[in-house]
Amino acid sequence: MEAKENRERTDSLSESLKKPLPKILRAERRGRVLTYVSSWVLILILFSLIMFITSKGSSTFLDGEVQLANFFSTTWNPGEYQFGALSFILGSLIVSVCAALVSAPLGIGAAIFMTEIAPNWGRKILQPATEILVGIPSVVYGFIGLSVIVPFIRENVGGLGFGLLAGIIVLSIMILPTIVSVSVDTLQAVPNHIRQGSIALGATRWQTISRLLIRTSLPGLMTGVVLGMARAFGEALAVQMVIGNAPNLPFQLLEPMSTLTSVITLNMGNTVQGSAYQDVLWSMALVLLLMTLLFIVLIRWMTKRSDLSS
Amino acid sequence: MSEKIVVRDFNLYYGEKQALIDNNLIIERNKVTALIGPSGCGKSTFLRSINRMNDLIPGVRTSGTIEIDGQNIYGEEQDLVLLRKNVGMVFQQPNPFPLSIYDNIAYGPRIHGFNDKKKLDEIVETTLKQANLWEEVKDRLHTSALGLSGGQQQRLVIARVLAVQPDVILMDEPASALDPIATERLEELIDYLKKSYTIVIVTHNMQQAARVSDMTAFYLNGEIIEYTETNLLFTNPSDQRTEDYISGRFG
Ligand SMILES: Nc1ncnc2c1ncn2[C@@H]1O[C@H](COP(=O)(O)OP(=O)(O)OP(=O)(O)O)[C@@H](O)[C@H]1O
Ligand SMILES: [Mg+2]
Repeated sequence: MEAKENRERTDSLSESLKKPLPKILRAERRGRVLTYVSSWVLILILFSLIMFITSKGSSTFLDGEVQLANFFSTTWNPGEYQFGALSFILGSLIVSVCAALVSAPLGIGAAIFMTEIAPNWGRKILQPATEILVGIPSVVYGFIGLSVIVPFIRENVGGLGFGLLAGIIVLSIMILPTIVSVSVDTLQAVPNHIRQGSIALGATRWQTISRLLIRTSLPGLMTGVVLGMARAFGEALAVQMVIGNAPNLPFQLLEPMSTLTSVITLNMGNTVQGSAYQDVLWSMALVLLLMTLLFIVLIRWMTKRSDLSS
Repeated sequence: MSEKIVVRDFNLYYGEKQALIDNNLIIERNKVTALIGPSGCGKSTFLRSINRMNDLIPGVRTSGTIEIDGQNIYGEEQDLVLLRKNVGMVFQQPNPFPLSIYDNIAYGPRIHGFNDKKKLDEIVETTLKQANLWEEVKDRLHTSALGLSGGQQQRLVIARVLAVQPDVILMDEPASALDPIATERLEELIDYLKKSYTIVIVTHNMQQAARVSDMTAFYLNGEIIEYTETNLLFTNPSDQRTEDYISGRFG
């Protein structure tokens, strides 16, 4: 009696397993449509954004309004039609590269400490600390830079305080958590049996870190550094508050300077729609976009290499 | 016949839990000693006690002594780097470093301060030959070791151990991730290596223990129940529990 009932139940189960229920099919279709639509919307937004900035940014030159040579010169005097943006391009590059150079050893060092040396209490303190650092809005970084770092430089190092050095310091603090968290993830992805294999050969902990772990996770660590650099490159507010915003070439640590982002944010409100001045700002935005794309290509390339090696 | 490793009244605790109880054992030079016993009885723990890899686990305490060539490795003055150089270890899962085949072998000599390129080339070649892998990899020494098959990786790891010139090799179920053909090659290799090394091997495979080892120790719940010549242990065990285990009645 019971056995028969059981058999019937399994029969109907196997029946329903043979062909999926219409309800499941409908949900499946709905889910697929939803994800398709969202991804197409995303692609559309991205594409139109790139198109918009590209056409705006290149029309400056295509209309013959401003010569390329003018744009890539170092004289900035919009009143006289001198739109040389080279100092700003270099400014953006130098301040973010220097910030990454300062931050990289600190960030990677902290990550090694958290994963290899003191995983217990190191993580307990440093993990929340980096999360807090990420959460602080950039205006706060700028404000601290303005009220602490700038006066400190003025009194102890020299100059006005505003300038490249202040920018590097503020940015390197801002990008530190990016580098730390990417590095921590990379190091944690190294399987434990690799470490044990090294220790079992008689390697010290430090040899294991310096000769094996850093070497095998180098692509991942570099990805963190470039990601941080990209973040510094795109940062506007905090930088603008501390670098002094003078159209100088960025070769003096204590001199005021400008970056692409700071020039755009400071001037976009004051220019007339359609004027050559505003079009030049669009061209700078285009340069920013292209450089950011370059960073992304670089990061993709490096992560692909790290995939190959593991 | 001479004593290589002498274990006396050795106990090991993971925190409160005692994993090894009063182990006494004499492991002979240039012999293969197999450790068998049901899962969780302490075989790996004992193996890791011989190169003090247990030191890496927080909360581990030991008492008693393990002497290698007459020197207590749990003594105050024991240099861990030297100990682990002399007592190589092959893990259950092949664990090549994500480096080239060459750099895997050269890693050990390099960390011990050996950097002469010519000498390293020589070490790479001889150890790969000893590990019976040279013919298969000699044309791809500078490609990633992760591209090798499981059996090749395990032989690479053995070559890596040989490169630091140990005199004891510990193997923890080295064949458990290998297919029968790779296992057979590994067993041949073990047989060849015992001419120059003292080998301690953990295995779950009775046939394997019977094939490769000279001496066998049967572990149960952290205790060594029986330790004798392999032939004797498998044909005429003196303890009922050993007999139950090898005849498959538990474990
Ligand atoms: N890191 C550790 N921390 C706490 N207890 C552990 C640890 N490693 C092993 N143990 C315990 O010690 C006992 C012996 O473990 P061990 O790994 O040595 O057994 P084994 O004989 O190698 O088993 P298997 O055949 O499954 O590998 C087990 O009860 C295990 O739970
Ligand atoms: Mg084990």
